[in-house]
Amino acid sequence: MFGKLSLDSIPFHEPIIMVTAAAIGIIGALVVGLITYYRKWGYLWTEWVTSIDHKKIGVMYFLVALVMLIRGFADAIMMRTQQAIAAGGSEGFLPPHHYDQIFTAHGVIMIFFVAMPMVIGLMNLVVPLQIGARDVAFPFMNNLSFWLFAVGMILVNVSLVVGEFAKTGWLAYAPLSELQYSPDVGVDYWIWALQLSGIGTTLTGINFFVTILKMRTKGMTLFRMPIFTWTALCTNVLIILSFPILTVTVALLTLDRYLGMHFFTNDMGGSQMMYVNLIWAWGHPEVYILILPAFGVFSEVIATFTKKRLFGYKTMVWATAAITVLSFIVWLHHFFTMGAGANVNAFFGIMTMIIAIPTGVKIFNWLFTMYRGRIQFTTPVLWTIGFIITFTLGGMTGVMLAVPGANFVLHNSLFVIAHFHNVIIGGVVFGMMAGLTYWFPKAFGFTLSEKWGKRSFWCWLIGFYVAFMPLYALSFFGAMRRMQSYEQTEWQPLMIVAWVGAVIIAMGIACIVIQIVVSIRDREKNRDLTGDPWDGRTLEWAAASPPAKYNFAYLPSVESIDPFWEMKQQPGGFKRELATEFEDIHMPKNTAEGPILSLFALFFGFALIWHIWWLVGLGAIGMFVTFMFRIFNDDTDYHVSAAEVEQTEREYHKRLEMQA
Amino acid sequence: MSDIHTSHDGASHGSYKSYIIGLILSIVLTLISFGVVMTGSFGIPAMMITVVVTAVLQVLVQLILFMHLNTKSEGGWNVISFVFTGGILVLIIGGSLWIMHNIHVNMMLG
Repeated sequence: MFGKLSLDSIPFHEPIIMVTAAAIGIIGALVVGLITYYRKWGYLWTEWVTSIDHKKIGVMYFLVALVMLIRGFADAIMMRTQQAIAAGGSEGFLPPHHYDQIFTAHGVIMIFFVAMPMVIGLMNLVVPLQIGARDVAFPFMNNLSFWLFAVGMILVNVSLVVGEFAKTGWLAYAPLSELQYSPDVGVDYWIWALQLSGIGTTLTGINFFVTILKMRTKGMTLFRMPIFTWTALCTNVLIILSFPILTVTVALLTLDRYLGMHFFTNDMGGSQMMYVNLIWAWGHPEVYILILPAFGVFSEVIATFTKKRLFGYKTMVWATAAITVLSFIVWLHHFFTMGAGANVNAFFGIMTMIIAIPTGVKIFNWLFTMYRGRIQFTTPVLWTIGFIITFTLGGMTGVMLAVPGANFVLHNSLFVIAHFHNVIIGGVVFGMMAGLTYWFPKAFGFTLSEKWGKRSFWCWLIGFYVAFMPLYALSFFGAMRRMQSYEQTEWQPLMIVAWVGAVIIAMGIACIVIQIVVSIRDREKNRDLTGDPWDGRTLEWAAASPPAKYNFAYLPSVESIDPFWEMKQQPGGFKRELATEFEDIHMPKNTAEGPILSLFALFFGFALIWHIWWLVGLGAIGMFVTFMFRIFNDDTDYHVSAAEVEQTEREYHKRLEMQA
Repeated sequence: MSDIHTSHDGASHGSYKSYIIGLILSIVLTLISFGVVMTGSFGIPAMMITVVVTAVLQVLVQLILFMHLNTKSEGGWNVISFVFTGGILVLIIGGSLWIMHNIHVNMMLG
């Protein structure tokens, strides 16, 4: 009846897991209780769960990402603690099978369920506003993408309590991930979490690619698009081209595990090296999927807060495009040591070093934008400056790793760990935090606390250096990655320093939470009714904050790369005047099909993990029927009447006047 | 926005004839690739080449006859995307073949 699932699958004997589960249970019950007490279920369902509003979907993505950041960080601090203790024969507090799950979960969560949703969340919130559109090209698909992503996230979290997670590392290298070496459900959780959320990501890629190409407002040619939109476009190209590789690779592994095939096994002609090759053919573009939008955020932030047009707009665009193409010809640098030989290694090593050139172009563009600008040291600017310094260091260690000879020494050592945290924390996390602070008022109509934002920045910046510089040093003494314990007691002091760094980062995360709480408490004081709290340059600041559901009562027209700035520079300045006439606005309707289909997908994935075949069938049929229901449902859109638009706009203007 | 959601800027929807031709071609190509493997009367190189060639033709049939890829639709964007995708495919498939070939040679797997 329940396949491999039984009460024994729940690890009652593991106190850490049971305490965590109890805490999650209590918090969950509290949230459910509060929602019920305040009768907010209907509101949640109509305003959020079924919403096709890109702004709300963006907020939901970011919210999930922040929650998962805490989960992923809990894994991180456990690993740091383990390594600070487990020296010279001590086993620490995490047995190997648990430690291995933790480093796998940490990687999977931080990449797929923190960094990706932050990037996609920001794209959702910002891109349609920046290009002067009222929604994305496929609003239903957008909602479905989010919920499929949520299903993957739920599966990863379920694995904490029911069964176990993969013990293979975040990319589940074959043959370790094959049935022979990983007979438990851990890898299956990994497979279905990635497949379901991966479909969501691919759909998002297609959605935003089409949105950016086809829904730009009048006059916005490609070379008038804001840089963030450009980087989003390139990121979506990368998603469309690379995620199918991940899907197919994981599908082949699934065939090996479920149907006894031999794509990546040791025997019967399988090639585990092909797995490594394929997973990195996706994996390398993936890192650029994450970093390009962060580059976009920094470009917007630095132009806004130096009050200057971005230096070298066109070179910025071409550098982004160059990185997009180059990211597809460097993947072998993740496995120089696999033995492809000197010629192959030399080619991919040189290609990797070449990526430093367009990236360097960008760094100089940001520096020259700041040069002789009137820099306002707001939180987003601090994140940006912190990024420029930290990311440059990380880029240099990356070029060191790109030297095949050096790589044979550094491969699989803590140097690699220090390097990619250097670029992912210093690049993606700093970028997303800058983006959060910068665009938060656009989403909610009030600014975030600067005081707590700055505290968070300093904790993250200092914490990062304290946590990861010791790892660079340790790697030269031979410390490898993923060590559950080690003999050399002389490594321990630096491991303890790294632990202190992780604690400082924990304070940074706490500051973010406090920042959000404090800002919500003081929202009336920090209210921004103008829609333009930073004296911004691009179209999203021309809309109200938060924007009406249709974004713009009239679609703006654009004549330069900083259209809103140009409007404000006109004689007399920019005035938010109430239009005299309004027209009906065509909008998509909210839809329950996305969440319902995803709920069936959750059953489907969970059942496949535990071999509960009747539930697999039920999930599959449920998904198919829901999808058919959607396809034959013609009632998917409506018109916001001119009267309603007028009323919304009038109310907004009344508030504006009251403020003035 | 209604226009953007529903119109197809000049992409043709194909004709009855093009769909029938596409259907027949795709079935024939599928049968050929299954045939060469299942009869087992061909050598491995011939088999692999046939499967790869029929697979590429299959992709083209689907794109042109079912998905109406042509040089004019969407103001040429479709073709640009297709050429770019083709380039990336060449890089990834060519690169993978190069890498795996070298690994095989170096590991003396034959």
